[in-house]
Amino acid sequence: MYNILLGGAAGDGIETMSSLLEKILKQSGCHLFTMRDFMSRVRGGHNFAQIRFSNVPINAHRDMLDGIFAIDETTYLEHQPQLSENGFILCDESLAIDDPRVLKLPLKDIAKTIGNPKVISSVAIGALLKIFNLSLEHANTALKASLRSDLIDINLSALQQGFDLTTPRFSLKAAKTADYILLSGNTAIGLGALAAGMKFYSAYPMSPSTSLLEFFNAHGDEMEIAVEQAEDEIAAINMAIGASYAGVPAMTGTSGGGFSLMVEALGFTGIAEIPLVAVDVQRPGPATGLPTRTEQSDLKFVISASQGEFPRMVIALTDHSDCFYQAARSFSLAWKYQIPVILLTDQYLADSATTIPLLDSSAVITYQAPELAPLSDDEPYRRYALTESGISPSRIPGKTEALVRIDSDEHDEFGQITESATVRNQMVQKRMSKLDLLKEELIEPEFWGANQCQSLLVGFGSTSGAIKEAVDLLNAKEMNYGALIFGDIYPLPTKRLKHFATQVIEIINVEQNATGQLASLIREETLISCHHSILKYDGRQLSVDDILMGIKNLKGGF
Amino acid sequence: MKKATFTSTETAWCPGCGNHAILETLIGVLNQLETPPHQVVLVGGIGQAAKLNQYVTANGFSGLHGRALPAAVAIKIANDKLTVIVNTGDGDSYGEGGNHFIHNIRRNVDITHFVHDNQIYGLTKGQPSPTSDSCDLSHKTTACNMSAPFNPLLIAIATGATFVARSFSGDKEHLAKIMHAAIKHQGYSLVDILQPCVSFNKINTFAYYKKRVKPLDQSYDASNKLAAMEKAMEFGETIPIGILYQEQSPTYEEKRPELFDTIPLVDKQVSPEKIKKLIQGYI
Repeated sequence: MYNILLGGAAGDGIETMSSLLEKILKQSGCHLFTMRDFMSRVRGGHNFAQIRFSNVPINAHRDMLDGIFAIDETTYLEHQPQLSENGFILCDESLAIDDPRVLKLPLKDIAKTIGNPKVISSVAIGALLKIFNLSLEHANTALKASLRSDLIDINLSALQQGFDLTTPRFSLKAAKTADYILLSGNTAIGLGALAAGMKFYSAYPMSPSTSLLEFFNAHGDEMEIAVEQAEDEIAAINMAIGASYAGVPAMTGTSGGGFSLMVEALGFTGIAEIPLVAVDVQRPGPATGLPTRTEQSDLKFVISASQGEFPRMVIALTDHSDCFYQAARSFSLAWKYQIPVILLTDQYLADSATTIPLLDSSAVITYQAPELAPLSDDEPYRRYALTESGISPSRIPGKTEALVRIDSDEHDEFGQITESATVRNQMVQKRMSKLDLLKEELIEPEFWGANQCQSLLVGFGSTSGAIKEAVDLLNAKEMNYGALIFGDIYPLPTKRLKHFATQVIEIINVEQNATGQLASLIREETLISCHHSILKYDGRQLSVDDILMGIKNLKGGF
Repeated sequence: MKKATFTSTETAWCPGCGNHAILETLIGVLNQLETPPHQVVLVGGIGQAAKLNQYVTANGFSGLHGRALPAAVAIKIANDKLTVIVNTGDGDSYGEGGNHFIHNIRRNVDITHFVHDNQIYGLTKGQPSPTSDSCDLSHKTTACNMSAPFNPLLIAIATGATFVARSFSGDKEHLAKIMHAAIKHQGYSLVDILQPCVSFNKINTFAYYKKRVKPLDQSYDASNKLAAMEKAMEFGETIPIGILYQEQSPTYEEKRPELFDTIPLVDKQVSPEKIKKLIQGYI
């Protein structure tokens, strides 16, 4: 398994270079995982992508690097502490880097000779491929998928000339990746939503959720779905609510700041019982926070956002496959229970790309509403009919003679505004009773590690890959570790947690926030306390190494 | 089955409120249309005006304060066979919902927006609204604007609205004619309906409006944008009522023929084959 970093200033083309290299690696039979680290600026500063690749699937990034491609000296200065002793720094010969590991090449000169300074990244990719003993065989396919046709020839030439500059240092036996796909977390959410039948997406651009809007914009016409860029997040969610009311499965997406603006409407979906899927791609807050970075600090916010009480579901997305299957499942749950379902993800998962087994859209179960009895002339349709399950049969306006009336005010069974104490009680109970059924179909947290573990790590969402890898590494020494990783997180499934809590000596919550929000939720719901915390809140994703270091510190050294 | 008609139920408005006449007129207009009640969606925000859709036998969407327009446009996008009419107040449309007011004009979705403009906040009992008159500093009253009054018609025309009209709840015949034209208009149509608030607005009373409103001349050319903007600035001793501006320009729906064909979005099926192919593109 190898780990390389491509770094430069914003505008240097690191993003284009990394996505091209990813495609070539994938076509060459490598699994990979790319973490992206951007600054909130269009030009300058320091951006990088860290690509980890191997012949086995990978679910997280690691800190230690085998190679660095540095566009500038900053990249070297920032990352050389991560570079292994036999690692390399690949850069242009003009850079002032003094390090025995440096490999200076005439990248700029070659690009200049070819006639386009931008092909420098292809020269570098060629050099990198040779270093890892990979061929140029698949570069052509990857270039065709990434570039304009008139740019392919010069980039092929750049790749070849870079390739000829270096010699192999590492070697990797190729795997079979033909049944794997390479995509980002947000793309996986988009595909999952489409597979579930989503036909309306409204959003206001906000990092790191914007790529979802861009995904739907790119495929909207072809998929015949409506995609609307709203004037603000308040409009975005109210649009999605309108579409859902009119019978069209709808979704909105944003980050924490935009979600804050959506909160009143979230409560509206609760009282009006309008199904809706809302994606919160978390970034560090509060307010503008760190716009392009990552955090898991919206958990307690999204489970309690809005005045008043109503049922909702929150699903924390754990990895790229999960993004697809849970996005699809969220539609089924939202429409079955007529509730808002919030998908909680973050910048790390949204922007990172990885190879995962081909997604199976036919495995997606879509909710089929039960057939309704025809209306009689004497009895008007009751949108909020009181039923045993709390779920009222829904109708689509205009599709039958039923008049569908919904209200953000408290209302009676017909959707008519009321202040009756009796009806208020009935309606609150009706809405909340939907949770009883929902709780029966919650997915318990995934368990990973040794069944007889003494130490239990608990985490949720995007730290999944790092936690699992850390547990595996810890268990290589002593089979003492296990982990529970929550996907369904609100309502909190508690069975498996309660089981392990009686067995283990210590529970350690691993979270990308400062206050241990998962530990707090667990305590509130189960009275189970976590003994230790490994927390990170600097905007950079918790790595396998951070977890190992955290455990080491807790134990006072191995 | 008997032909369904639009009827109204008991209301919770004050006796003498201009809303009664608006409701009665709207019921009349709706019953003249070929559209049955289950094909009409009345959308409202919050406030006395927004309560209107509670009192009509049609589909009803009673949403959040200021947020009726985004929901209404999405309902129309979801099913362009529906007739979508927004009834809500001046505070809701121009204050809380100001941002949506501007941007939904730009979208030009084929919906109708009736603003019951009583130049005051009724439900919250008498605060000035964006359209309240300017305060006379020598004779301050409670419900006047220390800020400059908002001119919804001028803003609508300037922002590109394709149907901009004003009417008065005290002239039902005029109101019915304008409402009908607004519903028939292809694209976003705004009708600012002056109405007295008998409980809280002691300035802009029935008599006040009755004395000032003046239907536009037969010779008035509603297609002249600059003239319409000038007309929209008249609000004083005479208040012009009628269609101040109308043009036919491409609607939201017309600009997206790939989405708005014969099958409304609500009936379209996302093709499983297309999704499979899309996923395979990431191999």
